[in-house]
Amino acid sequence: MNPAPLSSAGVGVEKRPAASPVERTISVPLKVRRSRSLFRSLIGFTDRLETPIEWIIRICGWSSIIGIFAIFVFIFKEAAPLVPRLDWVHFFTSSRWIPSPGTGNAPSFGALALLVGTFSVTFISLILAVPIGLGAAVYISEFAKGKVKETLKIVIELLAAIPSIVWGFIGLMVLGPIIKSIFSATPGSWWSHTMVVLHLASADTGAAQGTNLLTGGIILALMSVPVIVSLSEDALRAVPDSFREAALALGANPWETVRKVLFPAARNGLLAACMLGMGRAVGETMAVLLATGHNNRIPAALTDPVRTITATIAAEMGETSFGDDHYRVLFVLGIVLFVITCAINVAGDLIVKGVKKANKV
Amino acid sequence: MSAVPNSTMASTNPFAPSDFERTKFRRAAINKWLMLGFCLILVIPLVLILFDIFKKAAPVLSWNYLWDNPVNKGKEGGLWAPLIGTFYLVIGSLVFVAPVGILAGIYLNEYAKEGWINRIISITVTSLAGVPSIVHGLFGLGAFVLVMLPQFNRFFADPTDSSTRWQAGLLTASLTIAVMNLPVVVTSTREALGAVPQAFREACWNLGASRWQTIRTIVLPNSFSGILTGIILVVSRAAGETAPILFTGATFFKFIADEGWDKVFPYSLKEPFMAMSMHLNIISNQVSQMPESMKYGCAAVLIALILTVNSVAIVLRVWLRGRKRW
Amino acid sequence: MTNNGHPHIQFRNVSAHYGRKEVLRKINFDVPRNSVLGVIGPANSGKTTLLKIINRTLDLVGGARFDGDVLINNESIRAIRDPNALRRRIGMVFPLPVGLPLTIYENVAYAPRRMGISGKAELDEIVERCLRQSVLWDEVKDRLSMLGTRLSGGQQQRLTLARALSLSPEILCLDEFSIAIDPVTTMRIEDVLKELRKNLTIILVTNLVQQARRLADHTLFLWRGDLVEHSPTDLVFSEKPKDQRTYDYVNGVFG
Repeated sequence: MNPAPLSSAGVGVEKRPAASPVERTISVPLKVRRSRSLFRSLIGFTDRLETPIEWIIRICGWSSIIGIFAIFVFIFKEAAPLVPRLDWVHFFTSSRWIPSPGTGNAPSFGALALLVGTFSVTFISLILAVPIGLGAAVYISEFAKGKVKETLKIVIELLAAIPSIVWGFIGLMVLGPIIKSIFSATPGSWWSHTMVVLHLASADTGAAQGTNLLTGGIILALMSVPVIVSLSEDALRAVPDSFREAALALGANPWETVRKVLFPAARNGLLAACMLGMGRAVGETMAVLLATGHNNRIPAALTDPVRTITATIAAEMGETSFGDDHYRVLFVLGIVLFVITCAINVAGDLIVKGVKKANKV
Repeated sequence: MSAVPNSTMASTNPFAPSDFERTKFRRAAINKWLMLGFCLILVIPLVLILFDIFKKAAPVLSWNYLWDNPVNKGKEGGLWAPLIGTFYLVIGSLVFVAPVGILAGIYLNEYAKEGWINRIISITVTSLAGVPSIVHGLFGLGAFVLVMLPQFNRFFADPTDSSTRWQAGLLTASLTIAVMNLPVVVTSTREALGAVPQAFREACWNLGASRWQTIRTIVLPNSFSGILTGIILVVSRAAGETAPILFTGATFFKFIADEGWDKVFPYSLKEPFMAMSMHLNIISNQVSQMPESMKYGCAAVLIALILTVNSVAIVLRVWLRGRKRW
Repeated sequence: MTNNGHPHIQFRNVSAHYGRKEVLRKINFDVPRNSVLGVIGPANSGKTTLLKIINRTLDLVGGARFDGDVLINNESIRAIRDPNALRRRIGMVFPLPVGLPLTIYENVAYAPRRMGISGKAELDEIVERCLRQSVLWDEVKDRLSMLGTRLSGGQQQRLTLARALSLSPEILCLDEFSIAIDPVTTMRIEDVLKELRKNLTIILVTNLVQQARRLADHTLFLWRGDLVEHSPTDLVFSEKPKDQRTYDYVNGVFG
């Protein structure tokens, strides 16, 4: 191409001067013609820069593969020396978690209480978060209009933005005292006995502490709801309008449409939303650290303090020294946690893919 | 026409609802209000809680509160040291995550749009997003603090000299937060790039522009808003996260200058630093005789910071939606 | 660059595949310099693929490849190391009008800028020349800083033509350029093409048989990947073209 003599008159292509004998012997006729050397050097410069740029882009593309792989490697590296020595049966079945006993005593790595703590807090939070989340999603998606809808969506988004430590603070300082006062009782009174029987308060105290399973569950529910709401709303929005119109034509009112048409149609997306909300709840650290108390026993009542895997790692790492068994078992807990959350997320992902396959009818 | 016989009152109108239908309508209305109630359960308590926090924080909130350093283990004074620490943490993590994440998003959407490599990278991005924050903290500890820093100390400093030694600090914490937020940037970049119509790219290719030239001149400038939204989300998350920086550099006890240049640039990359999230964590629970108002004050400032950043993102999104160029 | 009597474009045994599907089979034809070749045929005949081969944009389609070779000025396009250099010598106009999200001025100046031309005087001259050539200058000369995407469909198609001409190509390819624009603009562009063909080789892919009749010197009839006929236009539209299928298609027996 000849960019230089563009002061050409007339329409179309400017006249090309005949190729010099030198150029005829060079078989590069379709490349950029040698015109102004300044331009050529400029073009040449960008050309030469493009290949390294594309290589950098390629390497960055691989960054998340490198990242997830590195997480595996480095956590395993720290846990590895302990793994062959660990009594795994005891780990999963015993609730005696005494990783740093006094001198002379053998440590006990029984993580059952931690596992039960994690799952019970998650369970409570799901019981609360799933109905509220789905209900709110249905309302926002099907019934709210215009400005109300926009406002609700923004509120949910801001709710999702509140960091974990703030939620923990709320659980500790605001919600905890409320729960405590609801479930408080003088020891020995009839209310105290009732609560113990109903597993609302522990038999030891006959009343409740502020930071406990219930508080943690409520806080986690408030944290998981935005995830559930936004993903469920996406799932409901993906259901074609023709379904709604068909139901309307048959005389169904909006609630019936939701219950009988939309829920079954969006079923897999809604299920995935709940699973991802559950994944978030299981992995939460600071909120449960502050809101669930410091007790490493299996909870007997709803208002007993518990410890989760995440809170244990966060709280105890500061007390260990590099390389000792307590330090390494915390990394083992990290692996267990990683595996659990991976499993939940993969399951959620597969369910969503199942939707896509099923919808290819 | 109803199948169930009407009451005599409505017998003249064939379209009047039957008793059965009336019950259904009532139940539907109840359910609709119930779901609205669910929405309000989320919104109203939250508003009340925030109100409560700011009310209890009111005694300490002032401009001095933001400008003074904490005194006496945070029981008096202000929040300057943790605030400036969070600021530098945010910048530090952006420095690492923004270029890598944006280029990764470009790779996924422009160079490797289909095929197995795209699927694998997508899976790893989603997995990375699902990793719990404390596991990121463990990773940061195991990788950056325990492996990277000793190498730095071997080559760049004297390990025995504590003044030039690299410790867990701003650098390791920034790297940890960067790894944690990589999926956010990659995903938002991908979506922003995907919104640019393919017709533009093909027009440019047919004019002889190379892939990179097309990206540089047409695709990137028109994805700017989406990418910026992702960056702002990273800012919000970097400011609020605690678990990843617990063992990778954040500390509670660090004295910094009360005035002068060193007040604005107090932290170096190789030393521990204070951060708002860590500060709130410690003063909530682990300092005896901490005045309530100081705790609430710290929480209030952190909440205000996060909500402001996120509101900026929302406003930006709405504003840029109206400025489409095609 | 003279070529000593060779045809401008030569297709030699070109076949093209999208994955396992064969879309062009052993295509052989020549295009003389400064003429118009009309390419007609029903949908899915491989007409667009033909154009994509010429400027090697087929390389950018995943899973696509072509066998055989195309010679431009007797040089093989396969041998070119940088396909972008080839694409700069060939202008392309697509079926759907595309205005880049830049000002009108920058739309036309896009390709010259990528080549390194940055002088205002030069770019002004290129922009005015190309907009005049594509009969858009009078309509937009007062609003060159308007966004190209805000023009009407017909105007955007003329803008695409202006862009295609901005590097003074030697070959101009048009792929069903008139399907999304109004008849008036179509006629105007056809007039432009009649002017341009004095200095350019034009390949005009069209689903409007009459358009080929009006404009083309030679016509190529592609049917399901096979080259059915390549003859002077008069012969193709006469009572006895070389192939019976040509007659049937041209007269609407099938389409």
